[in-house]
Amino acid sequence: MNGNDDRAETDGGTAEGSARTEGGPSRFAPADRVESVPPSGIREFFEVAENRDDVISLGVGEPDFTAPWAARSAAIDSLERGRTSYTANRGMLDLREAIAGRVTRYGQSYDPDTEILVTTGASEAVDLAFRAFVNPGDTVALPTPTYVSYEPGVRFAGGEPLPVHTHHEDDWALTPEALLEAGADEADVLVLCYPNNPTGATMDADEMDAVADFCREHDLLVIADEIYAALTYEGDHQSVATRPGMRERTVVINGFSKAYAMTGLRLGYAMGPETAIDAMTKVHQYAMLSAPTTAQHAALSAIERCDDEVERMRREYDRRRRYVVSRLRELGIDVAEPGGAFYAFPRVADVAPDGDARAFATELLEAEGVAAVPGTAFGAGGEGHIRISYATGLDDLKEAMARLERFLS
Amino acid sequence: MDEATRSLIDALVADARESTADLARQTGLDEAAVEEKIAELEASGALRGYTAVVDWEATDEERVSAVVEVNVELDRETDYDDVARRIAESPAVDSLRLMSGDYDFAVNVSGSSMGDVSRFVSEEVAPLPAVTKTVTHYVMETFKERGIRFTDHDDDDRLSVTP
Repeated sequence: MNGNDDRAETDGGTAEGSARTEGGPSRFAPADRVESVPPSGIREFFEVAENRDDVISLGVGEPDFTAPWAARSAAIDSLERGRTSYTANRGMLDLREAIAGRVTRYGQSYDPDTEILVTTGASEAVDLAFRAFVNPGDTVALPTPTYVSYEPGVRFAGGEPLPVHTHHEDDWALTPEALLEAGADEADVLVLCYPNNPTGATMDADEMDAVADFCREHDLLVIADEIYAALTYEGDHQSVATRPGMRERTVVINGFSKAYAMTGLRLGYAMGPETAIDAMTKVHQYAMLSAPTTAQHAALSAIERCDDEVERMRREYDRRRRYVVSRLRELGIDVAEPGGAFYAFPRVADVAPDGDARAFATELLEAEGVAAVPGTAFGAGGEGHIRISYATGLDDLKEAMARLERFLS
Repeated sequence: MDEATRSLIDALVADARESTADLARQTGLDEAAVEEKIAELEASGALRGYTAVVDWEATDEERVSAVVEVNVELDRETDYDDVARRIAESPAVDSLRLMSGDYDFAVNVSGSSMGDVSRFVSEEVAPLPAVTKTVTHYVMETFKERGIRFTDHDDDDRLSVTP
């Protein structure tokens, strides 16, 4: 593994910020909303994993493929032609038009002029949505376990996260009952991330209908992060925004990182009613001005020319998914069938010391050099589980499973 | 083609030495079904064989390869199949394809020396009555063959744990 200093420093985040505060001048004490956010569980585990040699990492939340050549070539071409200026705040119009055309496959229809905003990664779009729509004290319902950035994002915006527990036994399904039990009927915003990081859970049409009904009934605004939509293996991707009465209360977020293996190019987008995109654009134009121009050219080419490569990668992930799930179950580890993304989220509580998944992950890393992220990094709902990413080659997956088998014996 | 069959072919193309158990894990089929499907694919001619991809440069054996372009002129008694059958007889021929464009056949040929390849062209191809011209291109270096790169793979420069 590469311990590139520049990147490690760049990735310092909250943990290093807090450390500096303890010994540094008090003038730089972080604002309360920053101080209130704990260090990322992923970050802590990263530091352990990064300091070991010969680690097989199942902790990587990004494709092991390289961005398709057509996309890279378009980026290079844009630089050679000197296209290094800002673009419109909302992004290049031809890219927004291409995005509008692309998402019709999910039943989504948005006006590229007024209803689409190109952002610096889907992560920026998520942050913009929180900052644009969450008032101080607003409650934001977050199904847990889920992607690590939502809860801090809500807190940075001054909101109050409300965990909504989903469960392994239900294949991590989000139901109106679970929402009601958590008190989400009183919440202001609901964040959906399906296909889900870290569980790989997807929602079928009926489940999505039921959640949409709940949101309408209780007047929830929805932020739907659909970054893994193109990596759906079981059934079709379901978007909450396509349900009756939901388009006007939903911001859909997607991007190029996962489907097109373009994580480092940092390009995402948000889609929603004009008023919503106007509000997000207002924040974006002051914070970011516009997404990177080079990456926008790459993204346009990706949409226009890379369908076959996306399908090739999807099929490869699907084979690995079946392999990993099958091997885990043979090892006696219970795992819900992941229907999308590139993660499996097995329950290791039954085989872990004291049922502690963090201890399990740490010992697995120390004893066998296999890095899998403890489930608690993704919220309290991840207790007793680890996240296994199958965005790594089959040979490494086979070796990792062999080491896991040895570890368990 | 159903998804499981397609997945099985993907797996075999990636690694034809996969065990039946691993093929079953990747395709969602059971082992018996994997064996049955492979037998069906072989019987239908979809799966023609399983061979190793060898980088001869990494061995101590001399190996010379060439691509031979062959032009032919057909008559009433001779068609492309006849010429192809004749050329394919030679064990030196690794692959033989009918092409569109400036020439008719592309022949991938290999031997233990340039003399072997030259002899193949001059004694087995050029004398055929239908053949009007051959152009031989010797392979200087192989960078990729049947999807496998012969150059060193790039290191995985992703961080070991990411969100």
